[in-house]
Amino acid sequence: MSSRTLPLLFINLGGEMLYILDQRLRAQNIPADKAKKAPIPAWIEDDRRRVMNDIITTMFNKKFLEELFKPQELYSKKALRTVFDRLAHASIMRLNQASMDKLYDLMTMAFKYQVLLCTRPKDILLVSFNHMDAIKDFVKDSPSILSQVDETYRQLIEMYTPLSSGEFQLIRQTLLIFFQDMHIRVSIFLKDKVQNSNGRFVLPTSGPVPYGTQIPGLIRMFSCTGEEVSRLQFNNGGNYTSPLREGSFEIFGDRVTKLGTNMYSVSRPVETHMSGTSKNSAQHTKVSAVPNPLAKEELNLLARLMGGLEVQKPGNADNGFRVNLFATDEEEEEALISRPDELSYGVINIQATKDQHANAELAKIMGEFTESGDQSPSASSKGDDLLAMMDGL
Amino acid sequence: MYHKEKSIQIKNSASALYNNLGVLRIAPRRLTYFTVVHANVVNMVSASWDGLNYSHRQLQSKEPNVATSTSLIMQAAFCVLPSRDLLVVTSQKGIQMYESDGSIMVYWHALDTPETPTAQAVFARGISAVWENYICVGVSSGAILVFDVPSKGSNITLSEVVEEHKEPITDIASECSGSQECIADMVSADDGGNLCVWKSGEEFQLLNKIPGFDMSCSSVKLWKGTVAAGYGTGQIRLYEAVTGILHVEINAHARWIYSLDIAPFSGLLLSAAEDSLVRVWHLTLTPETNTVEVAHLHNECVTDTQICGAKFCDGDGYAFAVTGYDLSEIIRYTQT
Repeated sequence: MSSRTLPLLFINLGGEMLYILDQRLRAQNIPADKAKKAPIPAWIEDDRRRVMNDIITTMFNKKFLEELFKPQELYSKKALRTVFDRLAHASIMRLNQASMDKLYDLMTMAFKYQVLLCTRPKDILLVSFNHMDAIKDFVKDSPSILSQVDETYRQLIEMYTPLSSGEFQLIRQTLLIFFQDMHIRVSIFLKDKVQNSNGRFVLPTSGPVPYGTQIPGLIRMFSCTGEEVSRLQFNNGGNYTSPLREGSFEIFGDRVTKLGTNMYSVSRPVETHMSGTSKNSAQHTKVSAVPNPLAKEELNLLARLMGGLEVQKPGNADNGFRVNLFATDEEEEEALISRPDELSYGVINIQATKDQHANAELAKIMGEFTESGDQSPSASSKGDDLLAMMDGL
Repeated sequence: MYHKEKSIQIKNSASALYNNLGVLRIAPRRLTYFTVVHANVVNMVSASWDGLNYSHRQLQSKEPNVATSTSLIMQAAFCVLPSRDLLVVTSQKGIQMYESDGSIMVYWHALDTPETPTAQAVFARGISAVWENYICVGVSSGAILVFDVPSKGSNITLSEVVEEHKEPITDIASECSGSQECIADMVSADDGGNLCVWKSGEEFQLLNKIPGFDMSCSSVKLWKGTVAAGYGTGQIRLYEAVTGILHVEINAHARWIYSLDIAPFSGLLLSAAEDSLVRVWHLTLTPETNTVEVAHLHNECVTDTQICGAKFCDGDGYAFAVTGYDLSEIIRYTQT
């Protein structure tokens, strides 16, 4: 559908990923029993900042963004998951598969929520700016990364502010197809009562109407000469109020909407519930079982995209430190074992491709990744590792 | 006024697309066909009126070239012509026409899709049967393709390409009152909210152009010479087709309208939007004074659902059906 969707999807998902990682990194810094006594040791604080900087630098790499902003169809969930896997490992941080799965679940459900709750399609741009504003704040002490972020603002403004409302709706519809049938329950959403226990989001019939819309309830009838001859009120069945002022679409400004701002904090940990979702996902589209004919094109796209991804060589695995998105190691292991099959992201399904060029290109890129032993310490990374795919070719 | 009936379960959930529900009533066989689009698949259900028999079928979008990307479907709609009924499916790659039960594809028209994707998306959207032998389909460039359909067989031909709109077509409707007196046959709407009113024929004639106000018109209907248009602002406007006179303006919904329908025998109007609400209105046309009156009759709220399709199941508006994003059912309501 819309060929301008990928940049927004990537930046918003990336933004959510950073919120979650930032929260987990802060939470892991504080040993439970020492929380109130010792100050956070300086080297841990430095590491956290380094991880965030490394990931943000990679996210806003110039070549990478150039590829991203080209008109193209949206990637499949699997392909996008692969990109974020690489991104998450663009620093010394390591995530096991269960944690990476959970991270991706949270990112996608959060952005799905934001897309659904936007009162009008153009507000998705404001949500994107909220994420960008937060990213800018993360790197405010690093001028070189800051300039990359500013450049991205300019690209977003240049590409999206001239679009019509209809084009934004097409982008929104494309995003909603990407998020179709995802009903993973997220603790924070359940607690705040914005998500029901069946995984569906609450859509209130109250609150401010979108900017540009009138509160429903009025019928005006006109004569042939254009004079209003009568007006009737009707019951709109909701509890609507006047629209808020329009948010700013510039580099700086009040975005007005809270969607896309950071909803996590150290005291509000992130959890997802896997149980019960398998029942709901019984309706999962069966069309993805058909051999994927676009694997070859996706592979080409990925190769070009990865080519632009400068990956920080982690040195040796000893320097890397592991981040766990669960409360304990045991929980993380349990989550991996008990994850329902239909929710596994799996590896990209590669049909036997005779295209030597695409394979060679990808092999070369994979070569760069493996040079310094970029191996996740967990043996269970096989499912989401491009290397595993290469073995299969 | 209406109460909820038993829903029909469908194989996939509905995608968030304008006018995402097709309904075809087949009285002689006492059944109704429904179509709901999910990504690149059309889910068809045939439901018997006694509620005892349901049969399902899925139609895939046609991908003439496997190496290229998936073709997402934009719309599926039934076209009722005097001699035959067809099911038309429009996608990013082209237009497919099937026999109304979805059993055989009788025609395929490929769109000119560029080698590499362009900033402006390419797709077909907006489907209507017009007069006795035409099926009109809109395209993202703003063009409307007019197909000439013989009374049987697959010798369907592209008769004309009408270029008047400059923005992607959102919806097309034809005069549904059955009256021979109406001058205008067809109305088309685009993403800028512009409406074009046409007379069909060997060469389609533009009768009137009603400018939009930079707000997409997602759904349009034509009844007894009156255009009913639903907009992204949640407004419904009723115009006199041939003159463009604005008769009525309704602040109808709190979010983007996704579907409008009219029951031609009773003058009932159905509107549905992202705000979870379906509303039923009544239109009264008084030709002597050239006035149109609208009364609001009923609201239905489909909790926590952004509605994407709503249609009457019969010409009187005795029953209507609704689809919503992420919902794997067709919800039905009947008059009490």
